[in-house]
Amino acid sequence: MKILVAVKRVIDYNVQIRVKEDGSGIVTENVKMSTNPPDDNAIEEAVKIKEAGKATEVIAITVGEEKSQETVRKALAVGADRGIHVKADGIIEPLAVSKILQKIVEKEKPDLVFMGKQAIDDDCNQTGQMLSALLDWPQATFASKINVEEGKLKVTREIDEGLETIEINTPAIVTCDLRLNEPRYASLPNIMKAKKKPIEQLIASDLGVDINPRVQQIKVEEPPQRKAGIKVASVAELVQKLKNEAKVI
Amino acid sequence: MSVLLIAEHNNKELKAFTLNAVTAASQIDGDVHALIIGNSCGDAAKAASELPLVKKVITVDAPHYENFIAENFAPVIIKLAESYSHIVCSANTFGKNLMPRVAAKLDTSQISDITKVESADTFVRPIYAGNAFATVKSSDPKKCVTIRPTSFEACASSGGSAPVENIDADEEFSLTKFVNREEIKSDRPELGTARVVVSGGRGMQNGDNFKLITAVADKLNAAIGASRAAVDAGYISNDHQVGQTGKVVVPDLYIAVGISGAIQHLAGMKESKVIVAINKDGEAPIFSVADYGLEADLFEALPQFLEELNKLNTIQK
Ligand SMILES: Cc1cc2nc3c(=O)[nH]c(=O)nc-3n(C[C@H](O)[C@H](O)[C@H](O)COP(=O)(O)OP(=O)(O)OC[C@H]3O[C@@H](n4cnc5c(N)ncnc54)[C@H](O)[C@@H]3O)c2cc1C
Ligand SMILES: Nc1ncnc2c1ncn2[C@@H]1O[C@H](COP(=O)(O)O)[C@@H](O)[C@H]1O
Repeated sequence: MKILVAVKRVIDYNVQIRVKEDGSGIVTENVKMSTNPPDDNAIEEAVKIKEAGKATEVIAITVGEEKSQETVRKALAVGADRGIHVKADGIIEPLAVSKILQKIVEKEKPDLVFMGKQAIDDDCNQTGQMLSALLDWPQATFASKINVEEGKLKVTREIDEGLETIEINTPAIVTCDLRLNEPRYASLPNIMKAKKKPIEQLIASDLGVDINPRVQQIKVEEPPQRKAGIKVASVAELVQKLKNEAKVI
Repeated sequence: MSVLLIAEHNNKELKAFTLNAVTAASQIDGDVHALIIGNSCGDAAKAASELPLVKKVITVDAPHYENFIAENFAPVIIKLAESYSHIVCSANTFGKNLMPRVAAKLDTSQISDITKVESADTFVRPIYAGNAFATVKSSDPKKCVTIRPTSFEACASSGGSAPVENIDADEEFSLTKFVNREEIKSDRPELGTARVVVSGGRGMQNGDNFKLITAVADKLNAAIGASRAAVDAGYISNDHQVGQTGKVVVPDLYIAVGISGAIQHLAGMKESKVIVAINKDGEAPIFSVADYGLEADLFEALPQFLEELNKLNTIQK
C-alpha cells in the first residue's frame, strides 16, 4: 500500500503575525516558517502505518515556492521515503492545489492520501474534501483515530457534536486532526539520511492545471484590538463588577 | 439569481446555526431557498418553511441521507446548483466537510468562514486564526460560501410559509459507511449559542477538577468550554474545545479559568462581549484580552466565586 501525504509550508504557529502596512497581505520576510501542524500528524500516521507493515511507501508532496522543499525534507527526516515538490509561486488556492494533487494521484496511484484538516495560514479547510470530490473517492475528514483494515479504513472523526466513526473503502482521502497522534522529532542521523532521499521537482504549469487565483484579496486588515481591562483584587470585587458594571450576571 | 442555503438539521429540528446562515444568505440575495437533505426530515422541512426569510424549501428524503455523509449530499446539491448563483452553509463541521466537495465539482474556489457580506461577490473572512481579516472578491460565476454563524444574527423562526418541494433522491455512495456517533448529550445550553461560557484549561490539572467549572456553569446557566490542552489531556471531551481548531463562541460573558491565552485559543473567544480571566500567572497573555482579570489560584477562586454567586441570590437566566 502506498500513502501520499500533502504537506504545506506555513508561518510557524508560534509567530505573532503582522499585517503589511499597505494592507496587501501578511509580513513573511524573516519570519519563521514550518510545516502546517496537522500535516505533521498526517506524516506521522503514514509512517506509523508503514512501520506496522501495512504500507510499503510514504511519499510527501508539497506545492509552493522553492523554499517549500524544506517541508518535504522534514517529512523525509521523520520517515517518508521520497518527496515531490510541485513548484508554484504566489497564493495557490485549495482548488488549484487539489487539481495538482489529482494529477499526482493519477500518476502515483496511491491507496491513501493523508493531509491536514486545515492550513493555519488561510484557515480554508477545503483541500482534502476537494481532492476527494475530484477523484470521486471517499473522504474521512477531521480524523482523530485511524484503523487500517483489509481494503478499508475505520476512522473516528471529530465533529461538533462529539465523535463519529465511519468506514471507508480505499483508495480514500483522510484529513487529520492534531489529536490523531504525537508527531516524532527528527533525529540528527535521520536528518542526515533524509538529505540523500530523492525529491522530484515538477513545475505546476507543466501539469496542465489552471492555478490562477479565482479569489482576489482586496485588502488585509488587523482585527480591532481589544483593550486590556482591569485586574480585580478579589472574587467579591469580580462578582460586583460583573453584576453592576458589566451587567452580565 | 437565488441563493441555495443548505440547512443543517438532525432530521427533526433545524440546528440553531441554520438560522444564522439564513441571515447571511439573505444578505447576499433576498431569494433564499433552503435545502433539507435527510431521512424522514419532514419536521425539519416544515421548520424551514416557517422562516420568513426563506422563499422556498426543497427536500430530499431517503434512508441514506440519515447520517449527513458528504459523499451522498454533494451530488444532490450539484444537480440543483444550476439554478443558483450562491450555495451557502454554516462553517461548522457539517458544512466544512460538505461544501468543498460541492465547490470542487462546480469548479469554484470556495470562500470559507465569512464574517461579513460586503456584496454578492465580496466577503470578509478571518485568516491566521483571526489575527487578520481579508476582504476577498470572487470571480467565479457560481459561489460556494460557508459562513461563521456567530458573526450573523439568527433570523426569525416563525411567521413564514414558504412552499415545500420534494425532489428525488440520488443513488447511495457505497464506499463510505456510517458506523456510529458518540454524541455527548447534556441539558446545558449549547456551547455555540450560550449567553455565558465557563472554560477550563490545563490549569484544571485533571478531569475531576472540572466539577468546579461545572458548579459555576450550573449557577450561571452556562455552557462549558475548554482549551485544546485540556481536551488533549483527556479532562473533557472534544466537543468542548474553543479555538482555531475548535468552536468559535461569542457569548456575553466568557470566563477563562487556568487558560494561558494562546493565539489559537483566543481565535475562538476574543469576540466575546465581556471576558474574565482567572489565572495565577499575572503575565499570562489571556489578561491582555480580559476585561476583568483575577490573578489567583483557581482552586481557591472557583469555590469563592460560587459562594459569591449564591450570595447574589438572584435567579440567573
Ligand atoms: C494548529 C494549532 C491549533 C490549535 N488550536 C487550538 C484551539 O482550537 N484551542 C485551544 O485552546 N488551543 C489550540 N491550540 C493549542 C494552543 O497553542 C495552546 O497550546 C493551548 O491553548 C494551551 O492550553 P491552556 O491554556 O489550557 O494550557 P497552558 O498554556 O499550559 O496554560 C495553563 C494556564 O493555567 C494556569 N494555571 C495553572 N495552574 C493554575 C491554578 N492553580 N490556578 C490558576 N491558574 C493556573 C497557568 O498559569 C497557565 O497560564 C492549537 C495549537 C496549534 C499548533
Ligand atoms: N500548497 C500545498 N501543498 C501541499 N499540501 C497542501 C497545500 N495546501 C493545502 N495542502 C493540504 O491541504 C490541507 C488543508 O489545507 P486548506 O484547505 O488550505 O486548509 C493542508 O493541511 C495540507 O495537507
